Amino acid sequence: MNRSHQPARHHLLSVLVENKAGVLARVASLFARRGYNIYSLAVAPTDDERLSRITIVADADSAPLEQIVKQLHKLVNVIKISELDPFDAVEQELMLCTVNADAATRTQVLGLCDVFGARIIDVGHNELTVSLCDVPARLDDLEDLLAPFGLALVQRSGRVALPRLDRSSALG
Amino acid sequence: MGEQRNPASSAEPVAMNGGQALVKALELEGVEVIFGLPGGCILPVYDPILDSPIRHILVRHEQGAGHMAEGYAHATGRPGVAMVTSGPAATNIVTPLCDAFMDSIPMVVITGQVATAAIGTDAFQECDTIGITRSVTKHNELVTRAQDIPLAVRQAFHLATTGRPGPVLLDIPKDIVDPQHPNSAMEWRWPTDAEVAASLPGYRPTTKGHPRKIREAAQLIADARRPVLYVGGGVLKARGAEALRELAELANLPVVTTLMARGAFPDDHELCLGMPGMHGNYTAVTAMQEADLLIALGSRFDDRVTGKLDGFAPDAKIIHIDIDPAELGKVRRPDVPIVGDARLVTVELIAALRDIGAEAFADRTPWRQTLSGWRERYPLTYEQSEPGELLKPQFVLEQLRDRSPEDTIVAPGVGQHQMWASQYWTFRHPYTWINSGGLGTMGFAVPAAIGAKAGMPARTVWAVDGDGCFQMTAQELVTAATERIPVKIAILNNAYLGMVRQWQEMFYEERYSEVYLSPDLPDYVKWAEAMGCVGLRVESPEEVGPAIDKANSINDRPVVLEFRTDSSEKVFPMVPPGRTNSQIIVGPDDAGEEVVQ
Repeated sequence: MNRSHQPARHHLLSVLVENKAGVLARVASLFARRGYNIYSLAVAPTDDERLSRITIVADADSAPLEQIVKQLHKLVNVIKISELDPFDAVEQELMLCTVNADAATRTQVLGLCDVFGARIIDVGHNELTVSLCDVPARLDDLEDLLAPFGLALVQRSGRVALPRLDRSSALG
Repeated sequence: MGEQRNPASSAEPVAMNGGQALVKALELEGVEVIFGLPGGCILPVYDPILDSPIRHILVRHEQGAGHMAEGYAHATGRPGVAMVTSGPAATNIVTPLCDAFMDSIPMVVITGQVATAAIGTDAFQECDTIGITRSVTKHNELVTRAQDIPLAVRQAFHLATTGRPGPVLLDIPKDIVDPQHPNSAMEWRWPTDAEVAASLPGYRPTTKGHPRKIREAAQLIADARRPVLYVGGGVLKARGAEALRELAELANLPVVTTLMARGAFPDDHELCLGMPGMHGNYTAVTAMQEADLLIALGSRFDDRVTGKLDGFAPDAKIIHIDIDPAELGKVRRPDVPIVGDARLVTVELIAALRDIGAEAFADRTPWRQTLSGWRERYPLTYEQSEPGELLKPQFVLEQLRDRSPEDTIVAPGVGQHQMWASQYWTFRHPYTWINSGGLGTMGFAVPAAIGAKAGMPARTVWAVDGDGCFQMTAQELVTAATERIPVKIAILNNAYLGMVRQWQEMFYEERYSEVYLSPDLPDYVKWAEAMGCVGLRVESPEEVGPAIDKANSINDRPVVLEFRTDSSEKVFPMVPPGRTNSQIIVGPDDAGEEVVQ
């Protein structure tokens, strides 16, 4: 894993797999074995309990996308792989961060959070824990803006994504 | 997956234990022989084996079981089956799994595992078999319920034998097969083909080539002036040798057969150029370099074939046919990629070429003349030994070839002797060459030969081994003697790890580091005799023929012939590592400059 949120060149893969023990390990060990780098990974069951969806952001420089997809397809438990063009996908990521906010700075921090539509989910004497679910670039921005106040903890989920819907037919 | 051998599918449910179900499932899959060795966790499965028609061959080391299953699979075309216990037995069979994975050998391995309740507790003889073997199997599965055993076995055989074949491992916890344990109770039910397919929603191998790609490929073939058919092991896996011959003859295509494909096309055919690659012959290597079209059929552009990649076949367009889509474009970008079964695509190509018509094919006479010129100018050569000198390994192999039946199965180990065997044997039939190509597993020969002979008892099977290789797995000759599997072993004893010695001589300024083995220790004749085999030592050229004849006449026990060979002999031609194939060294006096004219 790499701390950089927005790799210069990345592939965004949405992988539908059987919801079985060990499938994530198979996918992860394939990436390790073939020398492909993973930036972020998000896994959860789908509405069909037999299936899970793994959203992988992979480093485009470590291997050609075609090889990654073909090797993934060879895993028996992998059912479908969609490559999502970042310009043609809707992406969301969740960030939780604990930021220093004492009496002197609290108003400024709250103001920033308000601008971003972030929620305050925990309040301490000198700290706030903030939650923001948005596109990864907006998470980067809020993180940058909160950093001068002092970020105690930052946890990001890795992105999940789906293809952008086709709107042309509605217009025609 | 045949519905015809499905007698139990419609019957009333029968109560069984998991161990009985496992053995019954193997019987229904048509297994005739299991190579294995029992132990604690797999014990409950060994009890019903006593009542089964399946032959069990008790090996002396689990690695032997795996290589025997590979040899059996390669010789017969049926999946090889090995069964061993948990922990150290499972780790011992990792090498054969990886070997079978690299060479696409259909194999099903069953390992015992500690009881489901003990998994994860570091129990006695517990190891993470699924984790350890994940990257060296086509698929593996921990079966956690006795009721799931029949489906797991059907899936395993289906996966091992279809698409790109490979090894599949089933890890079986003790409690689900142990009749003393309630977890082993199950009702026998044999799943249908449809149920097996539905249980593997992510597995749909493509076998038929795309019609438009086939037409494009046929047109490229018809127009090529310097084509080469670059044939790999996939042709043998697809049982495609006959179709290949028809294609080559129809379109007048010279053929190279890689190390994995020796025997897929007859070496004595006028279109056969022999083996390409690091130790390929000059004509095969150079034909690929100079080709304007390579038709890669079930081959994978292995580094040992291409040499330095950016200088490989620089003018060639590529048609790449493979059942594994991931091979297309992995190493060299094809002009026409075709995903499909090598035999089916070959048949489709033949039809497409017939549509074009032979009269429209480009003239290949100049190309064929060039190739014949190279063959005359650069044959395989070696210098015969002077009287009193040690034997030349090439001479031994020529004698072995000429004095053994034409359909003899040859199984080498890995190293110089393997290359000489591939070079000097004349392969006329498919499935007569069983070797470890991708992984390069020393010690492969003896157990692989035993597995091949177990599957093809009427055929002569010669293991051609080196002294270093022999010492790695020789104990399986005890298995062969006990089970009356009369394989024959030719040890080319040059007292060295010969291929490493060759590299140290050529590329490390003759600084020989840790490669000397001694010709006399061990005493191979006494060792052979101690293992219940006939042992003979051969030291002079005039003894070679009679010793081979004697070995070929013995059919009631294994025979070991030890040939004392010249340790200074090197394998040529050779493309040095890191060089392009145009820098092939044809013999000891050649500096390896570009010799293409």
